[in-house]
Amino acid sequence: MLQIDNLRASVGGTPILNGLSLSVNAGEIHAIMGPNGAGKSTLAYVLGGRPGYEVTGGSVSFGGQDLLAMEPHERAAAGMFLGFQYPVEIPGVSNVQFLREALNAQRKARGQEPLSGGDFLKLAREKAGLLRLDMDMLKRNVNVGFSGGEKKRAEMVQMGILDPQFAVLDETDSGLDIDALKIVGEGINAIMRKPDKAVLLITHYQRLLDYVKPDKVHVLAAGRIVKTGGPELAHQLESEGYEAVAA
Amino acid sequence: MGGVSVTDAVLPTWRDEEWRYADFTALETLAPESFGEWRDVEVAPGATWRECTVVGGSQPGLHRMRITIGEGGRAELFAVNAGADYTRVECVVRLAKGAHFEFGGVTIGGGEATREFVTRLEHAEPEATSNQVVRAVHWGTATGNFLGRIDVARDAQKTDAAQDFKGLLLERGASTNAKPELEIYADDVKCAHGAAIGQMDEMAGYYMAARGIPPEAARKLLVRAFIADAFAGLEDEGEQERLLEAALEVLGDAV
Repeated sequence: MLQIDNLRASVGGTPILNGLSLSVNAGEIHAIMGPNGAGKSTLAYVLGGRPGYEVTGGSVSFGGQDLLAMEPHERAAAGMFLGFQYPVEIPGVSNVQFLREALNAQRKARGQEPLSGGDFLKLAREKAGLLRLDMDMLKRNVNVGFSGGEKKRAEMVQMGILDPQFAVLDETDSGLDIDALKIVGEGINAIMRKPDKAVLLITHYQRLLDYVKPDKVHVLAAGRIVKTGGPELAHQLESEGYEAVAA
Repeated sequence: MGGVSVTDAVLPTWRDEEWRYADFTALETLAPESFGEWRDVEVAPGATWRECTVVGGSQPGLHRMRITIGEGGRAELFAVNAGADYTRVECVVRLAKGAHFEFGGVTIGGGEATREFVTRLEHAEPEATSNQVVRAVHWGTATGNFLGRIDVARDAQKTDAAQDFKGLLLERGASTNAKPELEIYADDVKCAHGAAIGQMDEMAGYYMAARGIPPEAARKLLVRAFIADAFAGLEDEGEQERLLEAALEVLGDAV
């Protein structure tokens, strides 16, 4: 589903990704772990097409399409979802308004009819319930006044509503307490653990992987994948540290 | 209540504070007598008057009104100023005891035009309140201005007057001017004013794109959120929507 080949990228002229290769098939969940500054968030933003993240080499194919040639909103319509490490606050725009606009823009790009207001609210209520987020929260402005944990749960509600093929989740577990971590983990499974979907989980810690069992774990260091293994690799990292494992 | 009166026209010069950001080249094309044209509105004691208006055209335009609000009365003016040439909305308001004046204004547009709101509020008697919220959204080399003067008379105690201006510049070359001017002769009053000018929040735009919203639609949502403050005091949701849509229609011209 996602094929990254020898990807190189710079931010502000500084090379961050230095020949990263990775392949994720439908039905799989991959975890990427690595120390601070390894390039984890840069990888997420490059896949999401954030301005300022300059690709200097390599290729990314998503469902057979050249992902890097697409605008950010086109990537979303093609089924890519980027879960933000720091979800953005948008004063004056409610979650309901934002998500309905987003979903219908994606549907339009795919040649589908827009969802009516009633059908949208029904869908939103169902997904909010899944993440145990009060529906009233969705009537409030996007992420404004939300706690760290609420922002991350709201991101997963967004993912549920937009129903992507592929999700890149950048430290979705950071800022979550133990109970919220479990809710978010179960949410990811319910939404994305399907034969035709795949997930790239970017995380510092093994905790989230207790709930969302990865098929593969990759260690990212200095902008490349330096080691790949099964779920046991995450446990090894947790007990021995990145330096020992990646060496 | 109301009518148009013509007083002796006094031609403005750039030395006049209330005209200092005006487009004098455009003003020269106007007939001299138009500078003496004022629309008068009288709001009876205890009565409520409201107007929602969209002004602007391809020619320079002056829209000047004098509003007198009687004791305990209320006047509300909500306006979108989207002229393609110099367009000025000027409002002189006299508030009697316990009266309220609510003003929400949006200047929006590109090109080279100057669009401005000029208000002069006279809190003549005690306990009157006023609230003014102006938002300016411009691109090209356009200019949006808000000149807001508030005079509080010596015995107008317990006056509560608020003024809030925010400008959003979509392109380098566009500009806004905010000029609050408070003359307060009473000692037990509240007069608040604030002004801020900024650019579009790029991260918010990217966040929207990452969820599938194309750039034009994202900009429209963000501008709508920005200008909505100006009409938050308008209770009629239908009118609120009409004004917002009229303003956003102009946004289609933006690059």
